[in-house]
Amino acid sequence: MTAVRSQDVGVDRELAIDLYRTMRRIRQFETTAGELFAAGELPGFIHLSIGQEAVAAGVCAALDDADYITTTHRGHGHCIAKGGRLREMMAELYGREGGYALGRSGSMHIADNTVGILGANAIVGGGIPMAVGGGYAAQLAGRGQVSVAFFGDGAVAEGVLHECLNLAELWQLPVVFVCEHNGYAEMTPVSKHLANAEVTDLAAAYGMPAEKVDGNDVAAVLTAARAATARARSGAGPTLIEARTTRWRGHFEGDPQKYRAREEITAMTERDPLTHWRDVLHAAHGVPPAELDQVDADIADLVGAAVEAARAMPLSDPGGLSRHVYPEGAR
Amino acid sequence: MTTVKYWQAINRALHEEMARDDRVLVIGEDVADPGGPFGATKGLLEAFGPDRVRDTPISEAAIVGAALGAAMAGYRPVVEVMFLDFVTVAMDQVVNQAAKVSYMSAGNFAAPMVIRSICASGRRTGPQHSQNLEAWLAHVPGLKVVWGSTPADARGLLKAAIRDDGPVYVIESLVEWSTRGEVADEDEIVPIGVAAVRREGTDLTLVTWGGAAPRAARAVAQLEDVSVELIDLRTISPWDRETVLASVRRTGRLLVVHDAVVDFGVGAEIAATVATECFDELVAPVRRLGAPYAPAPFAPHLEAAYLPQPEDIVSAVLETIRTVRKAS
Ligand SMILES: Cc1ncc(C[n+]2csc(CCOP(=O)(O)OP(=O)(O)O)c2C)c(N)n1
Repeated sequence: MTAVRSQDVGVDRELAIDLYRTMRRIRQFETTAGELFAAGELPGFIHLSIGQEAVAAGVCAALDDADYITTTHRGHGHCIAKGGRLREMMAELYGREGGYALGRSGSMHIADNTVGILGANAIVGGGIPMAVGGGYAAQLAGRGQVSVAFFGDGAVAEGVLHECLNLAELWQLPVVFVCEHNGYAEMTPVSKHLANAEVTDLAAAYGMPAEKVDGNDVAAVLTAARAATARARSGAGPTLIEARTTRWRGHFEGDPQKYRAREEITAMTERDPLTHWRDVLHAAHGVPPAELDQVDADIADLVGAAVEAARAMPLSDPGGLSRHVYPEGAR
Repeated sequence: MTTVKYWQAINRALHEEMARDDRVLVIGEDVADPGGPFGATKGLLEAFGPDRVRDTPISEAAIVGAALGAAMAGYRPVVEVMFLDFVTVAMDQVVNQAAKVSYMSAGNFAAPMVIRSICASGRRTGPQHSQNLEAWLAHVPGLKVVWGSTPADARGLLKAAIRDDGPVYVIESLVEWSTRGEVADEDEIVPIGVAAVRREGTDLTLVTWGGAAPRAARAVAQLEDVSVELIDLRTISPWDRETVLASVRRTGRLLVVHDAVVDFGVGAEIAATVATECFDELVAPVRRLGAPYAPAPFAPHLEAAYLPQPEDIVSAVLETIRTVRKAS
């Protein structure tokens, strides 16, 4: 996991700023969601990916709208990076009619068929086979699409991941398995839930190429994702990427985190993927901090507008509770 | 008597049973070091050590199946499958394996194991964390299903489940987690298969359990001119037919209230049994009240509309009482 220099990996100034913008959108959306939750404005459970933004931004920068992703309970970042709309996402967190699912699904179930988000998922491991199915469809369609499964280190213990690695390799599907290895499954550290924490070794057991990257370095993630998606698009089969990253927040908002020391969290913030990328932008591309401050301010406005829009939306009609239980209209 | 919270009553049952019988083991995700995702297993690791109290990976099929194997080999494991929704991942081990071990071995083996899950309905946790799958479980021969709605019942049923020689699924209500209630100081067991008559009445029998029971009790408390007999089933399978049938024979009316989807729900079983057994005494159609045919929605106002609320229960009681048989 050596540091990747953005110039060496074909990241120009524009793309570099785009990557920053994506990470900042995620950070801003989630920071705001965390505050709204703490203030009692958002109901239910929310899980934030603050500290992990580079994985979502780096992988999704190698994708376009026709590609598929599936994600997890900690999936806001992947959805944002894949093109999910902030307003509909925020409205869904609020349980409003204008949310992606009419407020019926909440934070853990964002899906958008216009940009290939097959869905976030509240069942650990639940989304991985769907991504394999997206890969199967892509293989059949023959248009060079890829399908990406995002999952955590916790999901590595679910049998379904292993079934999926085998199937994807066996069928040579255009799938990229992205393990966001943040070292925790809820309150349990990886040392207590995985017999072998080197997730790349598992891919090797199925004959699948795998790469371990610094998940807090967006250029490293993007480089690995480009290689994996290129393989997939060319028909050479699946790849596993293990992105080592850091979960700054509790498992869910409100988690008192008694299972880890404050210092551990403070140490993580020193590996901030956004600060790191600001430094790269400045050093390698000469982007002045003021320009990035403006990006931050614009994004804060966008997220603020999403919140205002969500607040102003009506609640959905309980009379419609049984709508969409069966699909409506022909497909 | 001591007043404790619902979760503390569960915690107490686990401490008591582990102390009573060394064969009792507790395994599950986050149950040991963290003391349970919601605290139900607090202090067990400290009291009984890491051999008997273990954190597991997120591998529901493996942990339910491992509990089964250990049970067949003589232990009495209590496995926590955090949210009821997650048992779907382990359904082979529950349905094809644990529930059938005694039958398929003609009693050679037994599976004295408990699976505990919270049902989070009412906590705005959305379609994959708020489901009530009681009917699935109740439909499997060999699997007992219990659900205490008060701290005393949560404790007493869990203790009975641990002492039972077959697999017992124990559902717990997350919405009631901090509700306080009295529990006996002594070793109080709530026998499996025995309902509690919470209130006696003469006009209508209201049968409920689990998550819906506290709302049903609130509804009944509001009814002034109607005398409702309120029965909390406590055990979903095998259910206490005698108590329910005897009650309906006196009242002539039955309303079943549960939180699960009405269609193909446990209420249908009770309604059908009552319709057959109490044909002569019934003076009104048997009614069921529960969730509509839809997944559990997330938004608070939608979830409130989804689950039977006290006012819905009051209306259903009054409508049942007002129904008169058309002259034939
Ligand atoms: C099948 C299933 N089991 C358990 C859970 C409860 N749960 C939710 S998130 C989580 C930990 C997941 O850890 P990981 O996969 O590493 O993802 P992270 O939370 O670190 O993003 C657990 C155990 C669940 N949602 N689904």
